[in-house]
Amino acid sequence: MTDLTSPVAPPPTAPTTADKSQFDSSSARKQWQVIARRFLRHRAAVIGVVIFVILVLFAFLGSAFWQYSYTDLGFTRYENPTANHPFGTDRLGADMVAQIIRGTQFSLQIALVVAFLSTLIGVVLGALAGYKGGWVDTAISRFIDLLLVIPGFIIAAVLVRNSFVATATGGGSSNWLVVALYLGLIGWLSIARVIRGMVLSLREKEFVEAARALGASTSRIIFRHILPNTVDVIIVNATLAVAQAVLLEAALSFIGLGVHSPDTSLGLMISLNKNELNLHPWLFLIPFVFIVLISLSVNFIGDGLRDAFDPRQKRVKA
Amino acid sequence: MLRYIIRRLMISIPLLILASFLCFALTTAMGDPLGEWKLQKPRTPAEISAAYERTGYNKPFLERYGSWAGDFVTGDWGESVVPGNAGRDVKTDIGKAFVVTFRLVILAEIIALLLGMLVGVIGAVRQYSLFDYTATGISFAMFSMPLFCVALILKTGGISLNNWLESIGADRWIITAGPPGDGFKGGFGEQFFQYTGAYILPTISLVVIQFALYSRFQRASMLDTLNADYVRTAQAKGISEARSIFRHAFRNALIPIVTVSSLNFGATIGGAVITETVFGWSGMGKFLVDAITKLEPFQVLGFMMVTAVFIIVFNLIADVLYAFMDPRIRLD
Repeated sequence: MTDLTSPVAPPPTAPTTADKSQFDSSSARKQWQVIARRFLRHRAAVIGVVIFVILVLFAFLGSAFWQYSYTDLGFTRYENPTANHPFGTDRLGADMVAQIIRGTQFSLQIALVVAFLSTLIGVVLGALAGYKGGWVDTAISRFIDLLLVIPGFIIAAVLVRNSFVATATGGGSSNWLVVALYLGLIGWLSIARVIRGMVLSLREKEFVEAARALGASTSRIIFRHILPNTVDVIIVNATLAVAQAVLLEAALSFIGLGVHSPDTSLGLMISLNKNELNLHPWLFLIPFVFIVLISLSVNFIGDGLRDAFDPRQKRVKA
Repeated sequence: MLRYIIRRLMISIPLLILASFLCFALTTAMGDPLGEWKLQKPRTPAEISAAYERTGYNKPFLERYGSWAGDFVTGDWGESVVPGNAGRDVKTDIGKAFVVTFRLVILAEIIALLLGMLVGVIGAVRQYSLFDYTATGISFAMFSMPLFCVALILKTGGISLNNWLESIGADRWIITAGPPGDGFKGGFGEQFFQYTGAYILPTISLVVIQFALYSRFQRASMLDTLNADYVRTAQAKGISEARSIFRHAFRNALIPIVTVSSLNFGATIGGAVITETVFGWSGMGKFLVDAITKLEPFQVLGFMMVTAVFIIVFNLIADVLYAFMDPRIRLD
């Protein structure tokens, strides 16, 4: 529970780029160009971006272009994939393309909310703990230790169960946002630890001392001087958090403690179709492939970003 | 060392007390255990107030926490409270579930650890070889895969295998409903047949999960030590490559993997939720899912406390092992 246990937390991969000039905007622009060029050379990452963009367009604009809506029932049930229904139809006679569009949309929404929320909480608390030190650091670090003792998966499952009570009164209510918020509230521990470690070393640098000598406020020092130097780690972690959130949400929905009707998600679709694997395998395999596509493409993007940000990295690894 | 262990255990006590409070608040946030029962059909007020009286859920939060915590430390972990399911002793149920999970997890962990170490070491020694790229690709894919799908596909494959075995006149081999409750029966051959049939698929599905993690860690730490100055020095002095790899690099590369695996073991003992759900094992994970679904506060609480103790203990084991393997680490 002390720092000795930290090997499981992701090590801060990129070195701190604290010595880059804060004020020279042309060199800053050039650095981003270098990073972009290095990222574009990473073939898997570029493919990941392409797939991810296609998935986002498919999920959020697909329903406007596709001929059927997810509410259209009454096609032949369990129809094999055909030209008319490329992904077939399910047990209610609904078109699977329309269902997948909606499922992907919910899965992506949840993942993006989770990644945003957990990164925000983690960065703010980690930076506060690292910069303030003293009792603030002790309080935040002990709180993280406390939360590490209870697996986050369990906390999320217990909290999500609360959003089900409405269903007992008849007529379920939308709960995807609830699931996303709870997953975000438990997912910030590792990024907070990483940021805390980086801020601990950054706050001793001369440019922070200079800012303090010039009378900058604490929040200005943290947000304008220290955190810009951790932006590489933050971006990489936020990307990887999207992939983790997709998988975690799917697992929660699979055991029945995640998203429920009227909302949906790819994980819930797999859970509903888990007994169809023998007779109607496409009902199971298509949402499965979409989950893998999302998390694989996001993981590739994260990997590419990590390599692009890291100036020591010479060789591109998969 | 002993003093360090004692000090760590002393620190764990306030941590556990805080954790128990947090867990109690969480189970309260889970919802009123009688909330759904009340809505199932019209209940008389007398019935409702009697049920609340029995569960203690008509009392204020702190009072309920106090009475639960007092009972818990004296060994009474409470009972299930929802009517229709009431009166099951939490400690007995958790004990049974724990034995089931432990048998499953320990085997899978050992296989995954050995396999992960082997693949990680080969991947590091032959860096950027075809083997390395394949292993990296597989573990990358495993990280991106919803593992309940892997388990479901394995289960379907097992059922197909059974049907095929039956069609050629053999017995069904794979058991997809957990190990038989009354133990394995028959001669040694039959028992072995049943044992492997029950264990093989859940073990594979657990190994797949852990293997990706262990092989990545082993590869990274092995690369670190292979590039370290002392290995280069040893090679410059003329020892064989095998000796430099095994005696110098490998032994030092073991340190992080031992830490990671003991931390990981502490967490997995809390239940292989997905694997147990898919393969119908009534272990810790299944126990938790059922308890949450049925809104059983004391079952969830008991589970959380057991998990918390295991995580704390294995954190301590990880630190102590770390100090044993790396004499530069001073714990006191």
